[in-house]
Amino acid sequence: MQKNRAGSIGSIMPRLIRHAILHQTAVVCFVSHYIICLLCYNKLLKPTHHWGGILIITLPDKKGYFGQYGGRFAPETLMPALHELEQAYAVARKDKIFRAEIAHLNSTFIGRPTALYYAKRLTEEVGGAKIYLKREDLAHTGAHKINNALGQCLLAGRMGKKRVIAETGAGQHGVATATGAALLGLQCEVYMGSVDVRRQALNVVRMRMLGANVIEVPLGSQTLKDAINEALRDWTANVRTTHYVLGTVFGPHPFPMIVRDFQSVIGNEARTQIVAAEGRLPDCLVACVGGGSNAMGLFNAFLDDAIEMVGVEAGGDGIATGKHAARFAAGGSVGILQGCKTYVMQDENGNVLETHSVSAGLDYASVGPQHAFLHDSGRVNYTWATDSEALEAFGLLARTEGIIPALESAHAVAEAVRRARVLSKDKIILLNLSGRGDKDVQQVAQIQGMPL
Amino acid sequence: MSRAPQNRIDATFARLKREQKKAFITYIMAGDTSLERTKEQVLLLERCGVDIVELGVPFSDPVADGPTIQRAAERALASGTALRHVLSLVKELRTVTQIPIVLMTYYNIIFKYGEQQFVADALEAGVDGVILPDLPPDEASAFISYAKTGGKGKKLATIFLVAPTSTEDRVKKIVSASSGFVYYVSMTGITGTALHVDESFARHVQSVRERSRKPVAVGFGVSSAQDARMMREVADGVIVGSALVRTFHERPDAAEAFIRELREAI
Repeated sequence: MQKNRAGSIGSIMPRLIRHAILHQTAVVCFVSHYIICLLCYNKLLKPTHHWGGILIITLPDKKGYFGQYGGRFAPETLMPALHELEQAYAVARKDKIFRAEIAHLNSTFIGRPTALYYAKRLTEEVGGAKIYLKREDLAHTGAHKINNALGQCLLAGRMGKKRVIAETGAGQHGVATATGAALLGLQCEVYMGSVDVRRQALNVVRMRMLGANVIEVPLGSQTLKDAINEALRDWTANVRTTHYVLGTVFGPHPFPMIVRDFQSVIGNEARTQIVAAEGRLPDCLVACVGGGSNAMGLFNAFLDDAIEMVGVEAGGDGIATGKHAARFAAGGSVGILQGCKTYVMQDENGNVLETHSVSAGLDYASVGPQHAFLHDSGRVNYTWATDSEALEAFGLLARTEGIIPALESAHAVAEAVRRARVLSKDKIILLNLSGRGDKDVQQVAQIQGMPL
Repeated sequence: MSRAPQNRIDATFARLKREQKKAFITYIMAGDTSLERTKEQVLLLERCGVDIVELGVPFSDPVADGPTIQRAAERALASGTALRHVLSLVKELRTVTQIPIVLMTYYNIIFKYGEQQFVADALEAGVDGVILPDLPPDEASAFISYAKTGGKGKKLATIFLVAPTSTEDRVKKIVSASSGFVYYVSMTGITGTALHVDESFARHVQSVRERSRKPVAVGFGVSSAQDARMMREVADGVIVGSALVRTFHERPDAAEAFIRELREAI
């Protein structure tokens, strides 16, 4: 009997894995004669043996892979710390006390659930599908980044680490980590590229006010990628006492999984909220993709639904100019960078190319491995918005709704508007407004020649 | 017949053992200002009694390296150096020297080149081994099997790194995946940091050595004859990188004396 059963599982595994890859997860019920995925009710196989049971397959796999992407390509010094983090997280996610702590901070500190807002005037202005905004800009510190930063600072505490470090591009993850560190009494240092220090000066001051030490990185392209390199070097030197609060769904396993899980609160809330407001799920989800954490946070709750999903990358000066960060649309190919296998903008020798975007948070040569996977499987469509399209959307949202979005989120607004225009009025687009634009006011004023 | 032993690294360690000496291993960045200069440097290193040469292949994002080697990589990339040029350089060097040559770079460079193609081309050029600090054995099973079988009977040594933080299980895994020698990272940190080892260091190196008959060489932070003397006591070989890269770049005239002083100490 045992032998028969093992043989049967072996024979259906390829099919199960294919299913899990397409749908991200499979909860499979084995009953006599049928194997059925409980999520989509697809019959996967008609086995000849009689037995029952439930098997749950989720991504990433044990080695941190989403299909061929992900993994753990880290210096040996960090490998034990990555295992330690994986174990600490596996215990924490099942721990009622930890979950209660997160839920409590979500409601009392971050201000969750964040609102789901019907952008009526914007919808009327565009004249097409209804546009809803998931207001992550209203989360404490002004962006979705706090969801992950706080979770990881709590994990650091559980692992007995008294010091946290972080990288930051737009400065929102740096501010969020500095905030989490202040809240929990941890020492905090944030790495930030020199170019970003200049264009996101407000956030640099905020981090310092929160008691964090901001370390400027004058190396390479002086943006997010170089900040991650320096943070990894710091972690390598101080791994025994320090936790690296990685800010996006990137890096070596288990980071892409942990960050996705902490951010999945966005999609979980949005799902309930849109059903309450409209009595049904939306037709399309739109989110900007730098590393990809706000997009993953929104998409994760809808992967098994028949809903179109769109990730918006930075088109910079336009794809034809080569000055952009559209890893999927152009210039990106499979490579290994900063701990994982994914799409990387690189030259024919494997060296990483410089990127450009008006938005510091999207100005990055690589992208989270789960996005690479969702791109290849066709589950999510990836497109881009240029600097000027994002700036136009930035102004449009401010004028029609009284909401100044982060330049990153403005890329998603640009795409949502583009789509809404050609869709009928009974369609619904749900857009993740991942952050607010206070940090960008100075930069946009400068670009548009407004006196400060 | 015995002019070129099948595996230059193993032959070198066997000879050193017979002579009761320790291996002196040096790292330089290929194409740091020019490949012509790299060629001269390799020959100088051999003349000064270096046993094994590690040639860095520049990568844009060297996360395991400190500022000295980062800048050397920037100079090498600025001079247009890519993996294929370094392989040509090794081929050229093989007409004049049989010193063991190990390439050290990051996995993406090899991945982009094509792992199988790389193994075949590297062995044909006369490369003896490879060190990839961001490719732990956990992710390297395909690469290891190419390295063992991809070269018409010749094998490319896969040298993995053991860190002070490595657990016993990991040490076991790393040692068994390694060939040529095992690279022991002297401290938690990046290349070129001032050497700082605690009392558990010698004990840990010793435990790694006891685990296998493969030689163990210690690197990271060895910058003076004094450091080198301390390291030779605990290991089978001593690796000097950043300090040499800096000397070659800033005071090239002093390089020969510095190398000879290190050789003396090791």
